[in-house]
Amino acid sequence: MRKVDVSSVLGASAETPEGLESCIDVSGLNLYYAKDKRALNGIDLKIPKQRVTAFIGPSGCGKSSLLRCLNRMNDLVDDCVIEGSIEIDGEDIYSKHVDVADLRRRVGMVFQKPNPFPKSIYENVAYGLRIQGINSKRVLDEVVEKSLRAAALWDEVKDRLHDSALGMSGGQQQRLVIARTIAVEPEVLLLDEPASALDPISTLKIEELIHELKRDYTIVIVTHNMQQAARVSDFTAFMYMGDMVEFDATDTIFTNPSKKQTEDYITGRYG
Amino acid sequence: MISNIEGHGHHISKQFNLELEEIKNNMLEMGGVIERQIADAMKSLLEGDTGLAAQVLTVEDRIDSMEVNIDEECSLILARRHPAASDLRLVLAIIKTVRDLERVGDESAKIARMAIKLSEEGEFSQGLVEFRHLADSVTRMVSGSLDAFARYDAEAALEVVRDDVAVDKVYASVMRSLITYMMEDPRSISRVLNMLWALRALERIGDHAKNVAEHVIYLVKGMDVRHEKLADVEEQLED
Repeated sequence: MRKVDVSSVLGASAETPEGLESCIDVSGLNLYYAKDKRALNGIDLKIPKQRVTAFIGPSGCGKSSLLRCLNRMNDLVDDCVIEGSIEIDGEDIYSKHVDVADLRRRVGMVFQKPNPFPKSIYENVAYGLRIQGINSKRVLDEVVEKSLRAAALWDEVKDRLHDSALGMSGGQQQRLVIARTIAVEPEVLLLDEPASALDPISTLKIEELIHELKRDYTIVIVTHNMQQAARVSDFTAFMYMGDMVEFDATDTIFTNPSKKQTEDYITGRYG
Repeated sequence: MISNIEGHGHHISKQFNLELEEIKNNMLEMGGVIERQIADAMKSLLEGDTGLAAQVLTVEDRIDSMEVNIDEECSLILARRHPAASDLRLVLAIIKTVRDLERVGDESAKIARMAIKLSEEGEFSQGLVEFRHLADSVTRMVSGSLDAFARYDAEAALEVVRDDVAVDKVYASVMRSLITYMMEDPRSISRVLNMLWALRALERIGDHAKNVAEHVIYLVKGMDVRHEKLADVEEQLED
């Protein structure tokens, strides 16, 4: 007896999250925004290395909160309390010894709206290196080209590297932000609704890029677009009201989920 | 295993509910036409009723156009709605079932053609008892598989899969005895061959009913049980 497996057609592998080396290991994670306002309830999750993991769920289910925990963006929120542990490559990121700036270099983040700096395309990508004190033109040139190529943007911008980044289209700006993030060689990329402000063609380019990038990075994406989760991710986590309802291979979640709540959500029976 | 397959009636989109209900109803309606056609084909052979046999042959066009229409409705749902999980399995199961039903129609037409040939060749009784027996079995299988689909009943579908084993045995045995008969009386070969074709069509109808039952198990349980041993299927369904 086989479980329904469309992987041979889609070219994906029939992997399970348990069978892979994990990159991010979340255990017993509780998150409170105020004393009586719990946003995450005891989340346990192992995010596999060099795979794309999608978080889906209705608004307010905690998926963005969970994503922000992964590079300690919630530290910036007043009264935010976190219990439990998150390890990246075996290291507790909430330990006192962790340098948060260095953590955010290792765990890069891209947001819904592209946020290029009001500088040239070149300087946007070089920014992360410059603040690390790297000013060698040879090194910067090399990294800028490599990052822009990796973000599938090089051919479109190579003749106008010193033009302002604000003159680019939304889709190009988002790819520029991704190039800026990967210029500092992170291990993990967190994408929070990276394509929801983009037109369908730019969206497809971002999705294609995600597919390319997973060879080198562990990618976690939050998306409201379920078809997007189905297209780009290897694993999908369905969250509801701060709980991790189901986490499994994307192929399984979208053809034969094991929880009724998941089924109801992805088939549009919610509410 | 999730068991919310009982209804498509709870989508936020009411239009989607209607579309899914409609393809299912159209498929079951096609199933009803097919059941009638099988019954008529069998009766025409058993009673030598060539008029009824001719009537069976005229239904084929109607069945073909039902198949085409349902397929088109399914492809529109795939294109527009991007169904997932049980909705996706429902659309896929319907596409496959409709194809099997259409083949059942073809096999019924074959029986009707054999009924005409046999009655032209005169009185003949070899294999009739077995034909009646197999006809009863496969009729039950076709109805059983369609009922299982209508009620999303994987247990009932499994029953149909089990019945197919018995049908295959009866077919193998009647074939042996008719071959012996032909060897003993070569003048009967032409008639016995026609009877064998009709029996073969029944056996194929049983196979298609079994396929439909397997589509039902896929729909309800999300498990692909094609080409699996019966014992393995039973074991997995118990889990």
